[in-house]
Amino acid sequence: MLKIDLEEIASKEIAARKPNRIHCCTAAGCLSAGAEEGFEQFQKEVDRLGLTDTVQVAKVGCMRLCCQGPLVKVQIADSTNSPFPIEDKHGTIQNNNQIEILFHQVHAESAKSIVAGFTGQKVEAVRGDFQSPFFQNQVSVILDNSGNVEPERIESYIAAKGYKGLYQVLHHFSLDEVIHEITRSGLRGRGGAAYPTGIKWGTVAKNKSEKKYVVCNADEGDPGAFMNRSLLESDPHRVLEGMAIAGYALGSSQGYIYVRGEYPLAVQRLQIAITQANRLGILGTRIFGTPFDFRIDLRTGAGAFVCGEETALMASIMGQRGTPTPRPPYPAEHGLWGMPTLLNNVETYGNIAAIIRNGSDWFAGMGTQTSKGTKVFCLTGNVVNTGLVEVPLGTPIHKIVYDIGGGAVEGNTIKAVQTGGPSGGCIPAEMFDVPVDYDSLAKLGSILGSGGMIALDNTNRMVDVARFFMQFCMDESCGKCIPCRAGTVQIHRLLRKILAGSADHADLDRLEQLCVMVKDTSLCGLGQSAPNPTLSTLKYFRSEYESLLKESDSTQRINLPLLCSSAQMGNQEQLSAETKGS
Amino acid sequence: MESKETKLHQEVSSLAILESEIRKLQYRQDALIEVLHIAQNLFSYLSKETLRYVAKQLKLPYSKVQGVATFYHLFRLQPPAEHTCIVCTGTACYVKGAYRLLETVESWSGLQEGHISEDSKISLRSVRCLEPCGIAPVVVIDGKVRGHETPEKLLQELKGWFVNVKDRS
Amino acid sequence: MSVVTLTINQQMITANAGDTILQAAKDAGIKIPTLCYLDGLSAHGGCRICLVEIAGSTKLQPACFMKVAEGMQINTETHKLKEYRKMIVELLFAEGNHTCSICVANNHCELQAMAMAVEMDHDRFDYIHPPKEIDISHQRFGIDHNRCILCTRCVRVCDEIEGAHTWDVAGRGGLAKVIADLDQPWGEADSCTSCGKCFMACPTGAIFQKGDSVAQTEHPRNKLESLVMAKDKKQWHV
Repeated sequence: MLKIDLEEIASKEIAARKPNRIHCCTAAGCLSAGAEEGFEQFQKEVDRLGLTDTVQVAKVGCMRLCCQGPLVKVQIADSTNSPFPIEDKHGTIQNNNQIEILFHQVHAESAKSIVAGFTGQKVEAVRGDFQSPFFQNQVSVILDNSGNVEPERIESYIAAKGYKGLYQVLHHFSLDEVIHEITRSGLRGRGGAAYPTGIKWGTVAKNKSEKKYVVCNADEGDPGAFMNRSLLESDPHRVLEGMAIAGYALGSSQGYIYVRGEYPLAVQRLQIAITQANRLGILGTRIFGTPFDFRIDLRTGAGAFVCGEETALMASIMGQRGTPTPRPPYPAEHGLWGMPTLLNNVETYGNIAAIIRNGSDWFAGMGTQTSKGTKVFCLTGNVVNTGLVEVPLGTPIHKIVYDIGGGAVEGNTIKAVQTGGPSGGCIPAEMFDVPVDYDSLAKLGSILGSGGMIALDNTNRMVDVARFFMQFCMDESCGKCIPCRAGTVQIHRLLRKILAGSADHADLDRLEQLCVMVKDTSLCGLGQSAPNPTLSTLKYFRSEYESLLKESDSTQRINLPLLCSSAQMGNQEQLSAETKGS
Repeated sequence: MESKETKLHQEVSSLAILESEIRKLQYRQDALIEVLHIAQNLFSYLSKETLRYVAKQLKLPYSKVQGVATFYHLFRLQPPAEHTCIVCTGTACYVKGAYRLLETVESWSGLQEGHISEDSKISLRSVRCLEPCGIAPVVVIDGKVRGHETPEKLLQELKGWFVNVKDRS
Repeated sequence: MSVVTLTINQQMITANAGDTILQAAKDAGIKIPTLCYLDGLSAHGGCRICLVEIAGSTKLQPACFMKVAEGMQINTETHKLKEYRKMIVELLFAEGNHTCSICVANNHCELQAMAMAVEMDHDRFDYIHPPKEIDISHQRFGIDHNRCILCTRCVRVCDEIEGAHTWDVAGRGGLAKVIADLDQPWGEADSCTSCGKCFMACPTGAIFQKGDSVAQTEHPRNKLESLVMAKDKKQWHV
């Protein structure tokens, strides 16, 4: 296999860069707001005005403030010597007079005007502000390359120190040293369960087997959460690098990425990334000229939330119905095709190369005692600024909701945030001092989950929020186990009954009992966590439930059993007729 | 209008493509979902004949292929409608009033969510999270994503589809 | 084979390492209730009736899947487990129409027996009972989807013992249903050998023999057990 020189590729790439760059976000959010047209317009105008020698237009990934898309960032290498009209307060002056300016809602007209700016004309476009609290309160670890690197060009990733981590482990780390480094970093799984990553890797590494698999769970299905999609669309190579490092540490030569079928762009960019990496010999056989072989294949989901659960995901990779199976046995010993299998989330793999490059101490220096590093959140719902947010774990909720999110829209007040999607819970505004880390949120009856964070204001009714999530779980239940299949239906009915004002206190008791039972007895994570939104709203917003109840009704019908023997038949027929009518 | 012959021709060549794709996947039974994705792209939906063909090629039981095809929501077992309106009802869109959009279209068109109109021209669906949540509420009209949608804007857009539908207002 | 000791309901027992809790309990003469489980078929783990408590674990585990381990302390009859079992049965009765008095399997039904065993005297949940199809296209048998509890015994017995794999589950969640071949009338399913094993395995009146009237369907489970013995242990007439 050809031996490649990362340094050489990087310096070539940097040398070819033009002094001025226009970065167009082409992640799905901005694309659906019309980013493609903007990008084409930029190219056309740069050509038309003959600026191709000095201005370069590039497709990059997410720049976080999705509600203002399409976003465009203009980079000027030498601000002292540029005709571009610059108002200081909107730029971020960096080293060597370099400056960056953000633009919001860039469509064809404003694109034209921005390019004309390079000829000294006044720019007519909506200015963003990198100095605003939305950006100033955030950090960049996972999202380091998002908005800077071109996701469809491996050279661009390599120029940003890409694949250095993989090179380093292949040449300077023993298998154990890699696992040791990841363990020391304190990284915990970012998919929701928060299991220590190093320990998981160690378990799979210990299980001796001819074949082992490394799987990336990119079946992000929580409604209102798109961290993984954004990362895959913005920086796909980061995930491939993390998986390859895992493959080396575990002695695996085959990786799979299971991507949600609803993410065609992520699938496309991953496919491109894998092809490019294969071509350079960064994936495939004899990587970097070492004996290490690792190939990555894509598997596309087809629309089933339950496939985010690891046993269901593996069933789906093997071409089956995505129904879960009981654990133990855990995938670490008995996974894909019965072989030891490592499953980690997209964001978990996204952290790996940075930990190797910068060392575990660097990573462990961020976050809290038990939750290290940073976390990407999707802040959506009823706040002013919605989009992608990266902060160190342990950041208080109020900082995310009020400082970064800008608080409620005018005239309203924030009532709660919902974290963890359909598996999570609601945290009332009085508790916004709580630091966002795995353990603090669990104590409040919610979970950090994969990073969805939805702000709810006084216009949202909490019982309806609970009903909404229960409907989601009911629709997504695979139907294998009875508590989840039939229990979610009954919980949903009870919530609807409460909302309709026809439930009494007995119904509320029944609701609670059923929630606890479904949580305790369901087969997989979907069913076990489905009652969480209901239970947590019952805990913090019980008065909203109670205000909807009517006084007890002693004349209500009870459902007599249908299993009596033939002696009671007459009574039964009457009953069944009654049931049909209801 | 396409002649019957061209249509038949197309189907024959699609089948040839499907066959070669299955061969590329080495007739692996665990590639069933990949094969169904390919088949749906070629034929726009999964007919009984297609499922039967796939089962035979991969040497899988019919019921298993049917079971997998019906488990995943992205697989269509009916021909798609000419026009589709998909309202996202994910959390962010829900919080921002997605159901108002859905109700507006439903009451205006007389078409229920999840249904296809009688002439199989229009389909109205909801979907859980398309995930450009930053621009919620989101609607997809014939494949084009539209953000910050309002009932008024949406009706304006859909009016052309319902020329033959009686004005229900 | 190595042997482990453990306790079930404070009773000390020994079991073969590698056995499931259910197997170990059965060998020791302790009955753990089950619904989807059937001897000779792979475990399904869907009904959750056989969940047990294991000391030191917060999670309930299905006895049909969970393997025994040295020193395990298992409880199968706690108040919580009994309450949950009852609720599960109530959920099933609320989900589909299981009116026993007009069912072919009345008095020969495992769901009915289970309901009595858990002392279900009323159903706390709303009956949903959506009308479901009854397929009597097969020459000898019929399937009434209203009575089906999706235990998948028919699917497993057809695949694992007969080898035909006529049955599978289609759809998902509350809309999941057992189908023959490409979701076609059973009588038109080419792969069906009409062996009747699905009928032998069915716990309720869902799969029945044609011509049977109310309370007449008895699933010949012993026939199936003999088949399994013959297949697994090479022993006949047991």
